[in-house]
Amino acid sequence: MGKIIVVTSGKGGVGKTTTSAAFATGLALRGFQTVVIDFDVGLRNLDLIMGCERRVVYDFVNVINGEGNLNQALIKDKRVDSLYILPASQTRDKEALSIKGVARVLEALKKRFEYIICDSPAGIEHGAIMAMYFADEAIITTNPEVSSVRDSDRIIGMLSSKTRRAAQNLQPVKEHLLVTRYITKRVSRGDMLSVDDIQEILAIPLLGVIPESPSVLQASNSGIPVTLDEKSNAGQAYLDAVARFLGEEPTSKKSGFLNRLFGK
Amino acid sequence: MYSNSYKPILEIKGNLLTLMVLHLFESDNEQIAEELVKKIKKAPEFFQSAPIIIDLYAIADQADINLENIIKLLKEHGLIPVAVRSANSQQQEVALTLNLGILTNTKSANQRRNSEPEDDIPKPINSKVIQQPVRSGQQVISLDGDLVILSMVSHGAEVLAHKHIHVYGALRGRALAGVNGDIKARIFCQQLDAELLSIAGRYVVNDDLPNELRGKPVQIYLEDDSVKIEAL
Repeated sequence: MGKIIVVTSGKGGVGKTTTSAAFATGLALRGFQTVVIDFDVGLRNLDLIMGCERRVVYDFVNVINGEGNLNQALIKDKRVDSLYILPASQTRDKEALSIKGVARVLEALKKRFEYIICDSPAGIEHGAIMAMYFADEAIITTNPEVSSVRDSDRIIGMLSSKTRRAAQNLQPVKEHLLVTRYITKRVSRGDMLSVDDIQEILAIPLLGVIPESPSVLQASNSGIPVTLDEKSNAGQAYLDAVARFLGEEPTSKKSGFLNRLFGK
Repeated sequence: MYSNSYKPILEIKGNLLTLMVLHLFESDNEQIAEELVKKIKKAPEFFQSAPIIIDLYAIADQADINLENIIKLLKEHGLIPVAVRSANSQQQEVALTLNLGILTNTKSANQRRNSEPEDDIPKPINSKVIQQPVRSGQQVISLDGDLVILSMVSHGAEVLAHKHIHVYGALRGRALAGVNGDIKARIFCQQLDAELLSIAGRYVVNDDLPNELRGKPVQIYLEDDSVKIEAL
């Protein structure tokens, strides 16, 4: 049975969709059957970042409403074999996501995929709750600034109270902190929160730190997940995060970034 | 044959009415007189010509009750005693000679001196212990006893207790102790950076926190009606 991972943050614009795309691609590159779902109904973006916007026929809401089946809606990535995308509907709103409908789609996906990445919309309303509700693990995407950190704190609180695991008194959702858009120079100048500061406030295990990089914007605009850009340090940092997620110590040449951060 | 034009002269029916009942807990006439005057003074109009029943349940075992005097007393204040209830046989005889009706006991023992506590066993006070961090937007309330938080309280979180609040981590949110007005309640924390601290309604906001105590382990309590923050 597949694992459901939600990528969430509370605040908008911190890099949820970039992270969903990069992380899902990273897992698929390791050979795992992976699907990434866009929960941002009405503000569909994941298909752009994944570069499959011109191949969308049926979407997530169509599948929930029974207007198309799952196989019709899943888009196979052209670059990585085991990677699929389930796009959101652009013409509907978040209320189209019913708990029963989402449960049915996720159950079907769990049988076929090893990892199901849910790209959450911003906010703490229905759409965000639907994205996190069935999650087994959560990647909390946070920027090194106070409002993002506070919103992440709010989301972590909701993960432990508003999810299926909380409702059924199961093991709580496993939380991972991913700090994105990190600029070491500005941290040492004191105008950005350090990883230590963020960890002290959020008190959850750190999965990785993604440096601010022009390659992220470039990758987004050309529809290529940044993990496919071998020269990008951000892409490399995502691959390291994937390795850490899988329980390995990252071995890449460029993992020196984190080591420098922690002074190892 | 009786025709349809038959008109009844009278009718007797049972009826449930609301009646005033005087519950007597003491047999001392002077005490009764004194208390009665106090009560009637509050609403003299209300008691004028009102029928009243005298309940003797609480003093059924006391022989020295002077029913005659009590009835005289009630009449003096404009009340009209109509019957006694829960009287013992001796009291019933007296009541009959005074032209009062007899009502049997219908109430159970809970009518007995309602000022008396129902049982003497004190209720256990339930404290609340929270193991997880209290995150932004969450609220934890301990309605009974202390609130103990073994982790931190984030910015935007709120913790409230009727008694003390103990935070064995950083306190960055709002903490309100003694919310029921307990001025003896205190807040203890390992690392002070609260948005708001309140004891029994008296509060300080983050701006008012002394800088030298920020991030330090402190206790917060009320002294002369103002909030005191003291290093631990």
